[in-house]
Amino acid sequence: MKILVCIKQVPDMESKFKIAGDGKWYDSADLVFRMNEYDEYAVEQAVRLKEQVGSADVTVLSIGGDRVKETMKKALAMGCDRGVHIADNQAWAKDPMVIAGIIAEYAGPESFSCIFTGMQSQDRGSAQTGVLLAEMLGLPCVTTIVDFSYSDGRFTVKRELEGGIKALVNVQGPAVFTCQLGLNTPRYPTLPNIMKAKKKELQSLPVEHLQKIALHQKTERLFFPEKKSGGLVLEGDAADLADRLITILKQKTAVLA
Amino acid sequence: MIMKVLLVAESREGKLLGNINELLGFAKNLAVETAVFLVGKNDSLPKFSGRLYLAPVEKHLEYNPDGHKALLLEVVEKEHPDLIVFAHSSYGWDLAPRLAFALKVAQISEVVALADDGFVVPACNSKLRRQVKSLSPRTVLTLQAGAFPTVENGASLPEVIPVDTDTAPLVGFAGYEAAAQGGVDLSKASVVVSAGRGIGKPENIAMIAALAQALGGEYGASRPVVDAEWVEHNRQVGTTGQSVAPKLYVACGISGAIQHLAGMKKSEFIVAVNTDRDAPIGEIADVLVVADLKQFVPVMTEKLKAL
Repeated sequence: MKILVCIKQVPDMESKFKIAGDGKWYDSADLVFRMNEYDEYAVEQAVRLKEQVGSADVTVLSIGGDRVKETMKKALAMGCDRGVHIADNQAWAKDPMVIAGIIAEYAGPESFSCIFTGMQSQDRGSAQTGVLLAEMLGLPCVTTIVDFSYSDGRFTVKRELEGGIKALVNVQGPAVFTCQLGLNTPRYPTLPNIMKAKKKELQSLPVEHLQKIALHQKTERLFFPEKKSGGLVLEGDAADLADRLITILKQKTAVLA
Repeated sequence: MIMKVLLVAESREGKLLGNINELLGFAKNLAVETAVFLVGKNDSLPKFSGRLYLAPVEKHLEYNPDGHKALLLEVVEKEHPDLIVFAHSSYGWDLAPRLAFALKVAQISEVVALADDGFVVPACNSKLRRQVKSLSPRTVLTLQAGAFPTVENGASLPEVIPVDTDTAPLVGFAGYEAAAQGGVDLSKASVVVSAGRGIGKPENIAMIAALAQALGGEYGASRPVVDAEWVEHNRQVGTTGQSVAPKLYVACGISGAIQHLAGMKKSEFIVAVNTDRDAPIGEIADVLVVADLKQFVPVMTEKLKAL
């Protein structure tokens, strides 16, 4: 069984963001980068599927500059067999249709039996790429999965809906799944596996041969939202903060009455 | 120029979902001709004046994205809308990209506001905003829950136009699994103190519970804390958990992902305790206490007990 998992490298969301000079994206200079959180669940599920079926091969794919190879190495250390890095320093400016098109161009001839992606990225958050990839490849797709099982070519999954309800869905492979947080417990790579990952194949392909679709949308500007007007910001030591907050709660709410 | 919109309503277990009223509110603000598409039932329809394209849910099911896409393509062919608008919900974010690809047009996800010649969406876990322009002749949108004012049910009834196809589903929908029942009903608490990722380790839940008790309320948690199994699911606040609107909501170590904000932003008074001044929770907090909750919360609890 050939399995593909698509991952994205994103900034750590706890970072202090700065807007880049052209005003259209974040300045990546001082940021710490990591694997998109949703994609960790996708990698874990891909590796678990391989462990279940035995004879399987997991390819991890990512698009971006050289920097994304660091994140791909984590996926290899988690148990993916090989990496396909699509080298593209302008990936940040591409919309989901273009990104999905690049992946579809690579994945089409490879005939994967099962493809996992995160349900969305933490930076753009469009929640489109996995679904678009499936549509381009003509495959069934189930989004936002929180439970996954496989037996005899058939996948049985649960989709997470609002209010804690789940939809039960089954699908005959090949198919695409977009993974929600909580689907599984992503493993930490062990030191021996980190060492082993260094020897795994990590191939770089230039994006130029794979990009066949034009942009459908463009970012005009990136900016900080306004804070709630009248919102108070309190700073100081803990005891002082507690006294000030208690005074405010007495004035503005009835809960300490 | 936006002249005409097609709104996509949803039904769950045969009942129309309320999020159509946010889509109708969005269309009303634009003051444009409005049609609605729904896979649903005759006895649970949205109230508005305009054309409603209704496909029978008995045949097309509530999760059958390939079938629903085929139905929508027929409606788009009849209506020629400039915008096709979904809620950014588990139904909307699943179906919208399929339609956008079939139409070869842009989809702009989780719109929170209109901008000059474009749309504003969140970026980087809501820490930033992105203004996006569509380059295609028509555009598919999903709207963030709660971002646009709702239209309360009017008296008008739509003109119902049946729509049908024979597209075979690619996935098998086998019904619903109900949410876990029992436990705490946070919606009845007058004070809710919630723990987020910033609590660091499960042992620290006790200090959140103690603060909640000192304030006469209940404690809750955001999704990462529940996913880590530090707090049971029935205390989760947010889109996939409970929605609360207490007199006082204290968010401890919660950055403020939209899924969490959607479940608590109607609270009367919001206090956020966070080490990060720029955390998105600050956008809706009445008071932002910039502090490490592990130091602040125990001190606050002691002082409340001494009152």
